[in-house]
Amino acid sequence: MSDDLILETRGLTKHYGGVHALENANFKLRRGEHIAIMGDNGAGKSTFVRQITGVETRTRGEIIFDGKPVHFEGPLEARQAGIETVFQTLALCDDLDVPDNLFLGREKTKFDWLGPFRILDYKAMREATMAGLERTAVKIPNIRGSIRNMSGGQRQCVAIARTATFHSKLTIMDEPTAALGVQETAQVENIVRTLKEAGEPLILVSHNMRQVMDLVDRIVVFRRGRIVADLAKEETDGQDVVAYITGAKTQPEFAEDGVL
Amino acid sequence: MADQTSHGIGGLTYDRKKRGWPNEANVFIALVAIILIFELLGQVLPYMNNQSMLFDFNEARDGTILNMARIKIVILQVAIIGIISLGVTQVIILGGIDLSSGPLVGAAAMIVMSFAQTELVNGQLNPKAVFGPWSFDLPVLAPILVGLAFGAMIGLINGSLIAFTGIPPFIATLGMFLICRGISQWWTKGQPVSFPSDQFAAIGSGMMPVVWFILLAIVLSLLMKYTVYGKHTYAIGSNEDAARMSGINVKGHKMMVYMIASMLAAFAAIVLSSKNLTAQAGMGQFYELYAIAMAVIGGVSLRGGRGSIVGTVLGAMVFGVIQSGFTFIKLDAFYQLMAMGSIIIGAVVLDQYRQRRATLR
Repeated sequence: MSDDLILETRGLTKHYGGVHALENANFKLRRGEHIAIMGDNGAGKSTFVRQITGVETRTRGEIIFDGKPVHFEGPLEARQAGIETVFQTLALCDDLDVPDNLFLGREKTKFDWLGPFRILDYKAMREATMAGLERTAVKIPNIRGSIRNMSGGQRQCVAIARTATFHSKLTIMDEPTAALGVQETAQVENIVRTLKEAGEPLILVSHNMRQVMDLVDRIVVFRRGRIVADLAKEETDGQDVVAYITGAKTQPEFAEDGVL
Repeated sequence: MADQTSHGIGGLTYDRKKRGWPNEANVFIALVAIILIFELLGQVLPYMNNQSMLFDFNEARDGTILNMARIKIVILQVAIIGIISLGVTQVIILGGIDLSSGPLVGAAAMIVMSFAQTELVNGQLNPKAVFGPWSFDLPVLAPILVGLAFGAMIGLINGSLIAFTGIPPFIATLGMFLICRGISQWWTKGQPVSFPSDQFAAIGSGMMPVVWFILLAIVLSLLMKYTVYGKHTYAIGSNEDAARMSGINVKGHKMMVYMIASMLAAFAAIVLSSKNLTAQAGMGQFYELYAIAMAVIGGVSLRGGRGSIVGTVLGAMVFGVIQSGFTFIKLDAFYQLMAMGSIIIGAVVLDQYRQRRATLR
């Protein structure tokens, strides 16, 4: 086990009753690396993510995060350990404004001896929000307006900016642009690039081949609950990846017994 | 440049003039409109003989033409329920509801009064003391602390039930509604408790209820706007799952909010029993509903996440003006109840309509 791995799974397996949703997944993510997870619906992508983020409890296998084996009891523990997840369903509070959402649960405060009644430092949170979002090229006329009135792209940017602002050890995005238009997708991709520049590792679950080829270093393909390919971006192309997704090809080292 | 804010991102700025006014402004306009309507009715209705509701032109006492006597009554009659509605507002913003506050007022008043007994009534030993002579002329802090502790306990039970068993707040507090009404009747087997000490009687004498109401409204308004406590209350009411995922201790926070709400109701009981110089088991009837109505009229959304203490205070004023106005135009009590009910329903319908329009935009 080398020190430059931020996340490793060994033999990670999840069964739902008799359904083998995830089978013996061996996965490695280096520090600063951006990996895409691709695969058909039901291939096990989301199941894989749910085991890592503690949303579900794995059947078997090991997860080693930041050099230590981990057993997250829930998503909150994973988050406290430094894994930030942008879920398909956005975890935002509609009635709060942008800084409030960004800092929800970890507000900047003054007079901390007041306990639950400590005073919010609105100014500091606003400035940090402006600084954080300014890099992303997202356009929001007024960050003090409530999230309710914002477009899908703006909301998604706020959700992602939350992870970017807090310099997590690992960011996981599950289909962050599935519901967005062209311009909004570009904004989200901008944020992903800023994460790359900051050297923060990322797991991106996506169906969008162009986006994947644009953004990540490596592509891991899932099929029927198994990892079937681990491809460096430079050594592959869209056609190749599709071949792995559809089952036309399987890398030899991932072959099941007797099946190639 | 004063009209522009620097709170835009990506080269966009935004014109402060274009912002729709806050919800509280609508409530204020409604308040003014209602006053004008009653003024007009005073002029138009044939049996009113051109009376004015707010102005008193004949006797310009206190250097003002305002009818201060009526204005004082309007504020005084909403102050005590207003204190309750401050707590109820937080509970509704949290996404819950508290039906137990009215009966809690009854129960807390009975208990508080028992600890606020004076020794001598007209030169004779207090004939109606609940406890023995040890309870006579206790320091005024004693009944206050007992009352607040009782409120805290009820609130803690409400909050724990809602946080840990997951039953709807409506059911939990409806149960507590009956339990508290039971406690208030069991305490003295239905006998009223009277004869408080002078110190205790001072808490709610004269315009003191208004002073308490305004003081508490300011404190709670600051709490909701500027502290983590307030922010988390709005967050949980807005999206409980998101709040939990963000690391907010949702269960603990719910317990705290229900506890503070019940303590406010208990404090209202202290002020009310002090003002009336007596406590009766039936006190606080319908208070929980009036308190909810004040919040709703003030723009607090029953879906949680939206509303403010300022709104509720204005809502309380609207409530008081309507009640007083009905009396002013000599509307019978049963019509008053019917009209009040219609107004509450109207306020919620209006709020839903506004919300839908805001979402569509």
